Amino acid sequence: MADGEGGMSTRFRRGDRVCVRRAHPPGHVRTPFYIRGHRGVVDSVAGDFADPEELAYGRDGLPRKTLYRVRFRQNELWPGYAGSADDSLVVDVYEHWLDPAEQKTEEAS
Amino acid sequence: MSEGHDHPHTHPHPNQPDIEDQPFEYYQVMVEAVGELLIDKGVFTAAELRKSIEQVDARSPADGARVVARAWLDPAYKGRLLADANAAAAELGIDAGAIPIQVVENTEDVHNVICCTLCSCYPRLLLGLPPDWYKARAYRSRIVREPRAVLEEFGTIIPDDVELRVHDSTADLRYMVLPKRPGGTDTLGEAELAALVTRDCMIGTAVVEA
Amino acid sequence: MQRHHDMGGLDAGPVERTEHDYAPWEKRVDAIMRLLTDKKRRVMTVDELRRNIEELGPGAYDEMSYYQRWMASIGNNLLEKGVIGVDELGRKMAEVEARWQTAREA
Repeated sequence: MADGEGGMSTRFRRGDRVCVRRAHPPGHVRTPFYIRGHRGVVDSVAGDFADPEELAYGRDGLPRKTLYRVRFRQNELWPGYAGSADDSLVVDVYEHWLDPAEQKTEEAS
Repeated sequence: MSEGHDHPHTHPHPNQPDIEDQPFEYYQVMVEAVGELLIDKGVFTAAELRKSIEQVDARSPADGARVVARAWLDPAYKGRLLADANAAAAELGIDAGAIPIQVVENTEDVHNVICCTLCSCYPRLLLGLPPDWYKARAYRSRIVREPRAVLEEFGTIIPDDVELRVHDSTADLRYMVLPKRPGGTDTLGEAELAALVTRDCMIGTAVVEA
Repeated sequence: MQRHHDMGGLDAGPVERTEHDYAPWEKRVDAIMRLLTDKKRRVMTVDELRRNIEELGPGAYDEMSYYQRWMASIGNNLLEKGVIGVDELGRKMAEVEARWQTAREA
């Protein structure tokens, strides 16, 4: 998917290191608890969608929010993770839940 | 008349109203009542409701299996499937709906498994209704944290040198696994290949066996 | 605070793999939901379904089955939106029960 097409906000690109905000509002939140405060890498930009946090209350969810597929290392998410060091977890996270991580990687996206 | 029979209720389940000598189950009554009210109010017709019920039944993992078999036989199709699964399914006459489905490919290096920890999101239009366990606490809680242990409960062991990648469908994407084609299937045609592909292979808790 | 429906990573027992065939009433719930959320009607969204299920509270996961939670949520949503009224729903439910009771006794 091309970045920036049709006016979609693309704050992040594939390869960017991001951090999931550590916030805990009540209400209909689609960012799972287990990734909040954790760092991952943007795997892809999934497009933009009406905001489910607003749709949940019968509102129109506009303006649309950009959705990212963010990959996490399992051994960073879970203390004592029992599996391969390469194991990963991909979660679909909305842009407003992501901040740039403090350190950017040198890798090309 | 029905005899009193031993019927332990360890968890709620629907009672057929004409079989058991008990009060009618509350939500069974409610769905009947709500359906009738919505028809009375013209929200939908009785015929539309009947058709919608038929559509619930119409989808099964056989649709997903057809897509997998075609992808195994046709690398160009596989490329289109990975890029846009809804369009690729439509090529085979399968209406995969408007919600985008992302197919994730198992390779020598990566084994994928799908889940929805927050509720029960599932590629229903390719796989039919999800199994009970996919929607229940044990799978949803543990598949993200100890996927290899959960897969072992399914009899599936993924080697340590293969990355196990879990996909949590938290938003408007749905996922489906494109399993690896097993060896020893070179002589099989598309329908025979599709018959090997079970629902659990497309969730990622199983691998295809020849 | 980790809300009850937000289960990823919590401790749990083994996966119970027994499956059940969907009962007619469960398919009816699913079918009604598909109609209510379709483009022609847009009476409610799947987001509202989920939010209302979350608001049923933690006990709902222990005490109610999957489609019971769906039906409770759909009912609440329709009431909140004024698509149906509490009184008319109560009367219709009583009518359905009476009808079924008559059929059972026949």
